[in-house]
Amino acid sequence: MQIEDVPVFAPGVRFRFDKARGCWALLAPERLFQPDEQAVAILQLVDGSHSVAAIIADLAQRYQASAELIAADVLTMLDDLAGKGMIRR
Amino acid sequence: MNTLSCVVSPPLGLLAELTHRCPLQCPYCSNPLVLDAASAELDTDGWKRVLSQAADLGVLQVHFSGGEPMSRRDLEVLVRHATQAQLYTNLITSGVTLTEARLAGLVAAGLEHIQLSFQDVETANAERIGGLKGAQSRKLRAARLIREADVALTINFVVHRQNVAQVGQMVDLAVEIGARRVEIAHTQYYGWGLLNRASLLPDLGDLHVATSDVEAARERHAGRIAIDYITPDYHAYRPKACMGGWARRFINISPAGRALPCHAAETIQTLDYPSVRDMSLEDIWLRSEAFNRFRGTDWMPTLCQGCALKERDWGGCRCQALALTGDASATDPVCELSTHHHLLRAVLQEHPRIPPPFAYRASPRR
Repeated sequence: MQIEDVPVFAPGVRFRFDKARGCWALLAPERLFQPDEQAVAILQLVDGSHSVAAIIADLAQRYQASAELIAADVLTMLDDLAGKGMIRR
Repeated sequence: MNTLSCVVSPPLGLLAELTHRCPLQCPYCSNPLVLDAASAELDTDGWKRVLSQAADLGVLQVHFSGGEPMSRRDLEVLVRHATQAQLYTNLITSGVTLTEARLAGLVAAGLEHIQLSFQDVETANAERIGGLKGAQSRKLRAARLIREADVALTINFVVHRQNVAQVGQMVDLAVEIGARRVEIAHTQYYGWGLLNRASLLPDLGDLHVATSDVEAARERHAGRIAIDYITPDYHAYRPKACMGGWARRFINISPAGRALPCHAAETIQTLDYPSVRDMSLEDIWLRSEAFNRFRGTDWMPTLCQGCALKERDWGGCRCQALALTGDASATDPVCELSTHHHLLRAVLQEHPRIPPPFAYRASPRR
């Protein structure tokens, strides 16, 4: 995943709030993940309009953290999900 | 991220067996030996009510299954209703009746994922196993349509002694089709599978070859496809956590509306399974006797109670315990600590060298 890429969820992948359990859920074919708080913040910005750079800038501002630090976390997670076929550029 | 650590209580998945009608007659069909008649099926409003109640109860994924769920004319209506209730929808199909128009209707209704079954890679053998001439080319066409519509696709192969040699080619076919996921699932021996066990159960040598073929395919196709490999119980020493534990994650609804903790549960005839016509899904899940009967660990025999793995395998499979020992509350005989484990060894020792002819799955009454 490059900094200018705009990530989107692959077909068959859905990110939604699970009211019954009070947590977010990432749903994929025969799979179900409960992302932690940090992952939720990133996934909420995977909306087809934010580039990776925009996601990093948004989170750096929100958490008052350095963009380098945030970038490492964001890229690691997005690359992992891309490797699992759950997001696309 | 961890795989699903979210609470035990509400069910995660609903298996909606819309109908037992099916154009195929696979001898390992997961449907019960006594099939629900077409005239006994829940109607559209009945299924809509079940889907709404499931979403309210905390179900996240609904698997439309059968029989062949495409046999229901209202499938698109039900997919749309599930989507509106925020349920993730999965269609489990043989694909033989899938048309471009119907696929478009399902996609428009919000369908997220399709699991398409194949009986083998080799046409004549595949059609012999499924009992339908011309099925293979129709399945390949369905796969192409699904890929062209960019719908998430899993290819499923049920494997047994009469196709197990082709496991590597099965993965190759799934990759060629463009699926992101393939299931290589050894037959489970309940219902029709149990009836046809002598024709289906692979010997240990065949199993080892299949397992190493899967490992080789994983390397060959690394990064291109996820392979889920499900091994058969009869050669194992520890039971599987059947359904992730009785009434822990899934509710299965039969075509006639009976609520079951798993699709084979009706083999346990001593339990009175509630109907969604009489009870709400919440009442069924939380309060029905059938769902509470083998839930958790309190019901377990002494042997399981003292076992460190009891909350990992949940005592194994209740239907298998019944089928092999005559007692649904016994330790699953797959466990080598079970006093009945020798029954499995005996089955393997007496296994015929030449597979007898299949007893094909029948068609339900109208």
